Amino acid sequence: MSDSPVDPDDVRHVAGLARVDLADDEVDEFTEQFADILAYFEALDEVPEVEAEPELVNVMRSDEVSEGLTQEEALQNAPETEDGFFKGPSVS
Amino acid sequence: MSDEYNVFVTEESIGGDEDGPLADKTIAIKDNMSTDGVRTTCGSAMLADYVPPYNATVVDRVLEAGATVVGKANMDEFAMGGTTETSAFGATENPAAPGRVPGGSSGGSAAAVAAGEADLALGSDTGGSVRNPAAFCGVVGIKPTYGLVSRYGIVAYANSLEQVGPLAPTVQEAALLLDVIAGSDPHDATTNDGGDDSNYADAADGDVTGLTVGVITDLIEGADNDVVAAFQDSIADLESQGAEITEVSLDSLEHAVQAYYVIAMSEASSNLARFDGVRYGPDVEADGNWNDAFAAVREEGFGPEVKRRILLGTYALSAGYHDKYYKKAQDARAWVKQDFDEAFESVDVLASPTMPVVPPKLGDSLDDPLQLYLMDANTVPVNLANLPAISVPAGDVDGLPVGLQLIGPKFGEETVIRTASAAEQ
Repeated sequence: MSDSPVDPDDVRHVAGLARVDLADDEVDEFTEQFADILAYFEALDEVPEVEAEPELVNVMRSDEVSEGLTQEEALQNAPETEDGFFKGPSVS
Repeated sequence: MSDEYNVFVTEESIGGDEDGPLADKTIAIKDNMSTDGVRTTCGSAMLADYVPPYNATVVDRVLEAGATVVGKANMDEFAMGGTTETSAFGATENPAAPGRVPGGSSGGSAAAVAAGEADLALGSDTGGSVRNPAAFCGVVGIKPTYGLVSRYGIVAYANSLEQVGPLAPTVQEAALLLDVIAGSDPHDATTNDGGDDSNYADAADGDVTGLTVGVITDLIEGADNDVVAAFQDSIADLESQGAEITEVSLDSLEHAVQAYYVIAMSEASSNLARFDGVRYGPDVEADGNWNDAFAAVREEGFGPEVKRRILLGTYALSAGYHDKYYKKAQDARAWVKQDFDEAFESVDVLASPTMPVVPPKLGDSLDDPLQLYLMDANTVPVNLANLPAISVPAGDVDGLPVGLQLIGPKFGEETVIRTASAAEQ
């Protein structure tokens, strides 16, 4: 179907934005499923514009030092650390 | 202890205080709630080895109330699912309906209570994840008003919709557990004081004299006939106890599932960006730069439903689609809220079947994600409107549990608890 809103390149593009590698069979499966799901979401077009006050408001507090995790605790689940820091992959 | 239904991801005992309202009670904790020193997987391979260095506020509160934690309950991966089958640790079986799913995403929590593996359980409800498994397992589950219970230490899925809620064999016990966990928390700025000094347990007095119950006709139409029949029996029972029954129609509900999924997926795509394998997560060897490394970790750590929601959420928020999907979903959410507000001008509590169907057989429902999403039609409107709701057992269809959902206005916990205690069989 050429008028499907989704093709495999769209799925690969959005997977790239979301930083999720996909195998080819996953791309195919998602392409088919996303077409169904997005077609269902299309019905949101019928929703009128609604004026609403947000229920949540900003909550302020004074900026005071309080107890937090120790450096050791913060690092304990990291696959790799070095000199008390998280060690991540190279940027480029 | 044998775990014949695969209720727990991790069986481990954490002792609570000597005294308190929950002394001598055992409790199962959904595995998306942080437990100091006990691994918290969120049902995901991404967090298979993650051990939190602190307790979620709700965990501290149940321990301070005297409860003993007996294990971390199985769940759909990152709470994304309605059957507990998307867990990376295998499906949980429904103790009340062998061979069938326990519902989800808090399926392990509900199954723990149904099987007697724990007296009580905590679940979380983003689009029905407490009420759905409560209905399918024949137990009671409460989704509180947004902000009534702290989310500090809960692994986030969709912050604007989520609430922690209790599961228990009876309305009174669920209400008591809600008393323990409710109340403002300086660690969660979205909490309010609506549940401070609460006494919900005393509201379970079964007195519905003069109470007006509005049946939401829109949520009957899509439900199975047998489920509707069981629901109507429990409504008739409430009427015989002195409640006034009326019918209510809310036009906005037609768009609730669409709005819920667009909002939940969008929030999920942002929330789950943190899982990049640096601070926690699997150690995956990958060539290339950090983007390549993150994408490889996320390919390995996330299961299909989580990837599906992250990708669809990313799509809905991406340039050119934001107004079409996300903004319209927010309009629909505001419309749903307005519809509920108007309905509560003339009724005290609204009613529907909790789930439109009986629990599906294990393995039957994962092939078609959209069909699974539609199963949430009766539960998601409550989250969109930030309202309290309860699911209470309402008989069965050939031995398969059916739940009655009762919805109250904001901070109307006592009303839904009172009504549910009358409906309890």
